[in-house]
Amino acid sequence: MTKLTHLTMADALAGLAAKEFTAVELTQAHLDAMAAAQELNAFIIETPDVALKQAAESDARYAKGEQRALDGLPLGIKDLFCTEGVQTTAASHILDGFVPPYESTVTSQLFRDGAVMLGKLNLDEFAMGSANITSHYGPVISPWSPKDAAGNFTRKLVPGGSSGGSAAAVAARLALGATGTDTGGSIRQPASFVGIVGIKPTYGRCSRWGIVAFASSLDQAGPMTRTVKDAALMLRSMAGYDPKDSTSIDLPVPDYAAALTGDIRGLRVGIPKEYRVDGMPAEIEKLWQQGIEWLKAAGATPVEISLPHTKYALPAYYIVAPAEASSNLARYDGVRFGLRVEGKDLKEMYENTRAEGFGAEVKRRIMIGTYVLSAGYYDAYYLKAQKVRARIAEDFTKAYEQCDVILTPTAPSAAFGIGEKMDDPIAMYLNDVFTVPANLAGLPGLSVPAGLSGEGLPLGLQVLGRPFDEATVLKVGHVIEQAAGPQPLPPLVS
Amino acid sequence: MSLDKATVAKIAHLARIKVPDSDLEQLAGELNTIMHWVEMLGEVDTQNVEPMTSVVAANLRRRPDAVTDGGYPEKVVANATDATENFFSVPKVVE
Repeated sequence: MTKLTHLTMADALAGLAAKEFTAVELTQAHLDAMAAAQELNAFIIETPDVALKQAAESDARYAKGEQRALDGLPLGIKDLFCTEGVQTTAASHILDGFVPPYESTVTSQLFRDGAVMLGKLNLDEFAMGSANITSHYGPVISPWSPKDAAGNFTRKLVPGGSSGGSAAAVAARLALGATGTDTGGSIRQPASFVGIVGIKPTYGRCSRWGIVAFASSLDQAGPMTRTVKDAALMLRSMAGYDPKDSTSIDLPVPDYAAALTGDIRGLRVGIPKEYRVDGMPAEIEKLWQQGIEWLKAAGATPVEISLPHTKYALPAYYIVAPAEASSNLARYDGVRFGLRVEGKDLKEMYENTRAEGFGAEVKRRIMIGTYVLSAGYYDAYYLKAQKVRARIAEDFTKAYEQCDVILTPTAPSAAFGIGEKMDDPIAMYLNDVFTVPANLAGLPGLSVPAGLSGEGLPLGLQVLGRPFDEATVLKVGHVIEQAAGPQPLPPLVS
Repeated sequence: MSLDKATVAKIAHLARIKVPDSDLEQLAGELNTIMHWVEMLGEVDTQNVEPMTSVVAANLRRRPDAVTDGGYPEKVVANATDATENFFSVPKVVE
C-alpha cells in the first residue's frame, strides 16, 4: 500500500471515505514525517494539537457519513495567513508574539470544508523574495538538495520563494497540500523549483482578508499541491466572494475538478515570442518546445503571439510592489502589535522598532517605495509605472483575441544554491521574469511539473488564462501533467 | 540621476527606519542599482494612457452605514506591548 504521506488529496479522500484509514492516522503520519524532516526548516511553528483535534472531529463526521469536501486532509498553511489563536509571523521579527484574534477568510473556508492544519509554513519575510532566504526564521532547504554518503548536504538548494516552506513541505511529503500567496510569482516559481503544482488564481477570486498584506493590488492566495486535480479540489474551497475584501469578486466558483476532461481539441495556445529571453538555458527552451508538442498532440493549436511590453514588467513591478508595500508596512510601528523597541520619544520608538524588526530586503523595498511615492518623484516613477502596467495588461487583452491560453516556462532556470545570486538584487528579481506579468494584469497562472534539468532538478511550465478562467488553465495543466508522466521523488524522500 | 547619502538619509527618515550613518553609503549603492534599472520604463510610450490602479474594473460596492462588527476592545488591544484599560499606550507626545 502507498504510504499515507505519499497519497494525493483525491486518493486520501477516497481512502478516508472507504474507512481504509482514519483522519487521525493520516494526520499522525504527517506529523511523524515532519518530525523526521526538521533539517528542511519548512515550518515556523508546528501545530500538532490543533491538527489531531481537527482530525478527530473529521473522523466523527466520517463515522456519521457527514464528511465535507476536504475532510481530514492534512495541510500546511503559509505563515502569512492569520490563524485564530496561533502565532502568525510573516517570517518577520517585527511580528514577534503576534497571535491573531481572527481567522483569514481562506483558511476559515478550508477548515469549514474539514481540512486539518499541520502548522504554519516558512516564507520570505513579508513574502518578499524568490528563494526563501530572507526569513527571520532562517532559509528553507529544498528536499531536492543532494547529500553525500554520510548524510550531509553537499549543496543546499533553495525551494524558491516566497512560498518556499509550502513548496518544500508538499514536495517532501510533509503535507498533502499547502496554501501559498503570489504577488509576483511566489506560488508558481517555488512550485516549479520543487516539482509540484501551484496556481495563482485571477485577482479577486480568493479573498485577501486576513492575509498579511504585501502589495494589495497584486497579492492573491492559491493552492500548492502534487497534482492538478488536487489543486482543483483545494482551489474550490479557497475561492469565493467575501464582502470583507472590497476587491473580492462575486462570481460563482465552478467545480474545477470536473473541468479536467483532457479534451483540449481546438484550443488555441498562445506562444509569446518575447519570452525567448537572452541567456535562457537551452534546456528551458527545449522543455517549452516539448510542452507545445504535447498540447499539439492533444489537439490544441499553437499560435505565435506578441506581448510587446514584457521586458518592462519587472521594472514596473519593482516600483508598484514596493510602493504598495511601503504603505502597507507603515502599520508596523511597535504600538498595536508585535515588536517594540523603546526610544527617547515616539518617533525614535518607531525608527528603532522598524530598524530592528525588518530585515534588509524588506527595508530596501520600503525605502524604494517611500522614494517613488515621495513629493517630486511620484509622477516620474509611480505614475509612470502604473501607465506601463496598463500597457502590459492591454498586451494580454489583445493576445486573448488570438488565443485561449498562453504557454511559457515558469522560471528562467532550475533551483540554485543558497548563497548564490546574493550579491545583486536584480539577478534575484529576474527569477520572476515570466511570472510577474500575470500579477500586473491580474490573470490566473498555473505551474505544472514538466521534466528535469540536466542536473536532475525539476522544471515547470506555466499556463496563463483569461480572467476568471481557472477551469481552462487547470484543464490544460492536467493535459501537460498526463503527457509528462509520473515525476521522480525528491532524493530526500523515501 | 543618483541618490546620494543625504537623500537616502531623508528617505530613511520618511520611512521611519533608523539607518546608521555607516550604512548609508552601501544602501545608496543598492538603491541606485535598482533605480537605474527601472529607468528603462522611460522607453515606453505612455501618452494618453490612464494609470492602472486596479485590475478589478468594478466600482466599490456600497452597503448601509451600519455597525457590523466590534464590541470587543480587549481583543483589539490583546497584541499590544503596552495596553492600559483597553487603550494603546505610547511615549508622551505633547509636553
